[in-house]
Amino acid sequence: MFDILMYLKVFLVGGFICMIGQILIITTKMTSARILVTFLLLGVFLEAIKVFEPLKEFAGSGVTVPIMGFGYSLAKGAIEGAETGGILGVLQGGLTATAAGITVAVVIAFIVSLFCSSKTKK
Amino acid sequence: MEVFERDKKYNEYLQSKIPKTKPWPSLFHAFWIGGLICLVGECIKDVLMYFFPEMSATDAGIWESVILIAIASILTGFGLYDRLGAYAGAGSIIPITGFSNSITSPALEFKREGVIFGLCAKMFTIAGPVIVSGLVACVLCGIIYLIF
Repeated sequence: MFDILMYLKVFLVGGFICMIGQILIITTKMTSARILVTFLLLGVFLEAIKVFEPLKEFAGSGVTVPIMGFGYSLAKGAIEGAETGGILGVLQGGLTATAAGITVAVVIAFIVSLFCSSKTKK
Repeated sequence: MEVFERDKKYNEYLQSKIPKTKPWPSLFHAFWIGGLICLVGECIKDVLMYFFPEMSATDAGIWESVILIAIASILTGFGLYDRLGAYAGAGSIIPITGFSNSITSPALEFKREGVIFGLCAKMFTIAGPVIVSGLVACVLCGIIYLIF
């Protein structure tokens, strides 16, 4: 259950993905929105060519916690929808798989920003 | 000519004021903070599956991202996540916590412009492109699977 080797793989793979992102930031001066979109599309693409599932078997949260995991869930939902529900399944699948994440992000952001105020950046 | 001189001076001044990130240390910072956030996620999942053995792996994965998103959003509210971001760069942007930060941060920033057009509208300045491109890509992907 609590498997040290798995934790090591999660740490190394997760760190490696973030390091690639940092290399992109340094070399191309991409903004954070572009970085997020790039990695999200990478996740969708990897799932579409069936590479993401073995990666997930290997590194667990190391690949699903980076934003690629979000793209993976979207694509997985859409593909599963395509297999079971046709066009309607495709349209519903992506958001169904990621609904919890998006909803929590929006609701908590709303609550937090009602109660906190912006800190001046130093 | 004068305008050109002035622009040149201004750009030099600007370059001297932009915070310099040294490439090699920043790679290392991104690596260990990014890895650590993924590790925390894996631990949350394992602890959840330990205490709730009936929970499926998929549900545990969803809970994992929900908890990470919530933590990052609250840390952003206290101004702590931005400090982490200044240190770790991509290490704090690429994990799902960065997505959460990118929603909460502009919401906080634009609260002073009102709740509807400030907070609620500006919330999606970064998350909007992410969600739009993700949805378009996943629908394309689903349609391709439907055809073949």
